[in-house]
Amino acid sequence: MRISRRILAGLATASLAVTATSCGGGGTSGSFDDTVTVGILHSLSGTMAISESTLVDTEKMAIEEINAAGGVKVGGKSYKIEYIVEDGASDWPTFAEKSKKLIDQDGVPVVFGGWTSASRKAMLPVYESKDAFLYYPIQYEAQECSNNIFYTGATPNQQSEPATDFMYKRSPAAGGDFFLVGSDYVFPRTSNTITKAQVKQLGGKVVGEDYLPLGNTEVAPIISKIKKALPEGGIIINTLNGDQNVAFFKQIQDAGITPSSGYYVMNYSIAEEEISTIGPEFLEGHYGAWNYMMSIDTPASKKFAKSFKKRWGSDRVVADPQESAYNMVYLWKQAVEDAGTFDDNAVREALVGQKFDAPQGPVEVMPNHHLSQTVRIGEINAEGGFTILEETGVVLPQAWNQKHPSSKGFACDWTDPSKGEKYKL
Amino acid sequence: MELLLDSLFNGVAIGSVLLVAALGLAIVFGLMGVINLAHGELMMLGAYTTYVTQLIFKLPILKPFYNSYIIVSIFLAFIVSGVVGILLEKTIIRKLYGSPLETLLATWGVSLILQQFVRSVPLAYGTGLVISLLIGLFLPTTFPLKIKESINFKYFKFSSWIFAALTGVLTGSLISSSVSKLSRASARNVDVTAPSWMRGQVEIIGTAFPKTRLMIIVITLISVIAITLFLNQSAWGMRIRAVTQNRQMSDCLGISTEKVDIITFGIGSGLAGVAGVAVSLLGSVGPNVGGNYIVGCFMVVVLGGVGNLLGTVLASFGIGIMTDLIGAGRLLSIWPDMPLPLSNTINFFATTSMARVMIFALIVIFLQFKPTGLFPQKGRMVEN
Repeated sequence: MRISRRILAGLATASLAVTATSCGGGGTSGSFDDTVTVGILHSLSGTMAISESTLVDTEKMAIEEINAAGGVKVGGKSYKIEYIVEDGASDWPTFAEKSKKLIDQDGVPVVFGGWTSASRKAMLPVYESKDAFLYYPIQYEAQECSNNIFYTGATPNQQSEPATDFMYKRSPAAGGDFFLVGSDYVFPRTSNTITKAQVKQLGGKVVGEDYLPLGNTEVAPIISKIKKALPEGGIIINTLNGDQNVAFFKQIQDAGITPSSGYYVMNYSIAEEEISTIGPEFLEGHYGAWNYMMSIDTPASKKFAKSFKKRWGSDRVVADPQESAYNMVYLWKQAVEDAGTFDDNAVREALVGQKFDAPQGPVEVMPNHHLSQTVRIGEINAEGGFTILEETGVVLPQAWNQKHPSSKGFACDWTDPSKGEKYKL
Repeated sequence: MELLLDSLFNGVAIGSVLLVAALGLAIVFGLMGVINLAHGELMMLGAYTTYVTQLIFKLPILKPFYNSYIIVSIFLAFIVSGVVGILLEKTIIRKLYGSPLETLLATWGVSLILQQFVRSVPLAYGTGLVISLLIGLFLPTTFPLKIKESINFKYFKFSSWIFAALTGVLTGSLISSSVSKLSRASARNVDVTAPSWMRGQVEIIGTAFPKTRLMIIVITLISVIAITLFLNQSAWGMRIRAVTQNRQMSDCLGISTEKVDIITFGIGSGLAGVAGVAVSLLGSVGPNVGGNYIVGCFMVVVLGGVGNLLGTVLASFGIGIMTDLIGAGRLLSIWPDMPLPLSNTINFFATTSMARVMIFALIVIFLQFKPTGLFPQKGRMVEN
């Protein structure tokens, strides 16, 4: 009894000591006036967990960085950021439910969350009805512009349009015919509608398109169609999702559809993380288009990759979605500091026009709640990264795509009350 | 001619994936009447076995034999899935014979457990666990009859389980220390890369065929032939057929139905493992890989007629050829100047997702007319 009590006392002293050192070690971070709690809402279980947990890691890292640099300074007071992580469980209604919980019960001023378009569509009504604010970090099909969502991923004109242009004009298969392959859900179908309109404008030809039901990995019928439609090689635009890419690339390589025989695949959903899963030997010589690539040779990019590896392990990689997630935390912090309050409406107003020196280069928040970004085209190399071939200047986001027949001629502007979500240009 | 050959090959290729996946189920569901929803997860275990074998063959000692790892993994996958299947039979399914709804729920639960298992347990220790199961289940049966009949057999059994557990832990930590990729749990999908001799294409009569597809067709053929021979030529095969036809009578005639159940279920599960090897060559290996195939497997078995291997074979090749004909829009190239409304309809269904809809619709229509499938069971068992 006596001994155990002594041990307990020892433990207590030890833990006190640990707390003390951790406080002292933080330097300036020890002296916060107050705390603010934000919400992080991604899938930590289920099929999307693999992808979405990388965003949680990045967002935690960004928050830790901000705290280490003194936290958020509002009205002369410094606030330490704390976070509540909720699990969306790869289930879209759960995302809506957890959003309600974060807003009503925890009273967070902002939620960073979502990956799939389906999860965003499920959350949107919650944020609109409660006039709360969601920050969404994924490249997506656009055709949406909510006053209550801030989109830091690329819109189609910041990813697929420059990519299609590159493939048709400057790739080794320039001038060739197009074949479009995608998973059967909203992003590939919308993206391909835009690509078809664009190819027509460029004077090219789309000779075929096919969609693989989610979960299906039998690619044989698609391969025979590609071979029939593009007997001499050509351009393949790939919007397949997740594991289906593995099946697709394994099987097309076996069927002789490779860069060496004149087939070039442009991918919109394959980043560094996916390359290492699929295996670079299947992807070498094909292309990808993103705003951020790990091989960007700037100090900001290198620092981002280095601190992520330092925080989460040397075998980890950073990719475009993570960079978007990183940017949005910083942009929120800047907007709050400019607004001088955590109040949503004031922060929303202060957010537009915020500039940030992101790992990809400078980004700026536009009146349509999207980011102006740089677009890069890369060739996948044997080391599992991208060799950057082209870099555009800063491209302005189009919430309503100008090539999609249903949204041509429309735009979004939340700074002007008479314009709003969708107005005619 | 070339078109026909290409189409036929594609159909057979798609069909053989379905067949190899459904073969084990045809035995478990067809012969024993057990609705095993964990069949897909037994396939997944086979696929993971291929992955583990591949990594172990990359070790310096086994490196010279690397090219043959895929052959070795076929046998290992059969054993791994078979052992897990036997454990499943002994612990859960045996208690539920004759109550299909409970079996369905219990095996679905097992499938979730197996999925979570590969997500959260390092594969090295998973391998160790399978090895200890293997030893624990089979070591006692190898003792001579003399020991078995002595009163202290339960101690032998107990000590062999201890030995099994120790060997399992030992191999688990050995693998985990020598292959770093297997030492950590990961929910990430992994990848099986076919050895170089299996990549690329081979040319037959002027048409190029992918080698992996040929390999899958070969695996399927061998499995079908082996299982047919086993069922029709061996003594145990005869007992299995006897129990299928009349359980009580076979029991009276001195056949150990308990043993027959274990063997049947073990073989069915083992075949699921072999299917896992085939599937790992086509796509990535992940916890959900089996779930993608389970519906197709039941579809094939029901269409073929429950309890009939020939029906399963024909049904899977039939579905394969139809998938290719509809999904790749081949009807149009076979008959280029068909009337416009018809060609428009065919074009509409000529995508992979619509082809699937079409095939399901055709199967539903077919089952309206022949509810028991292509080759219905005849005889006394049906009347029971």
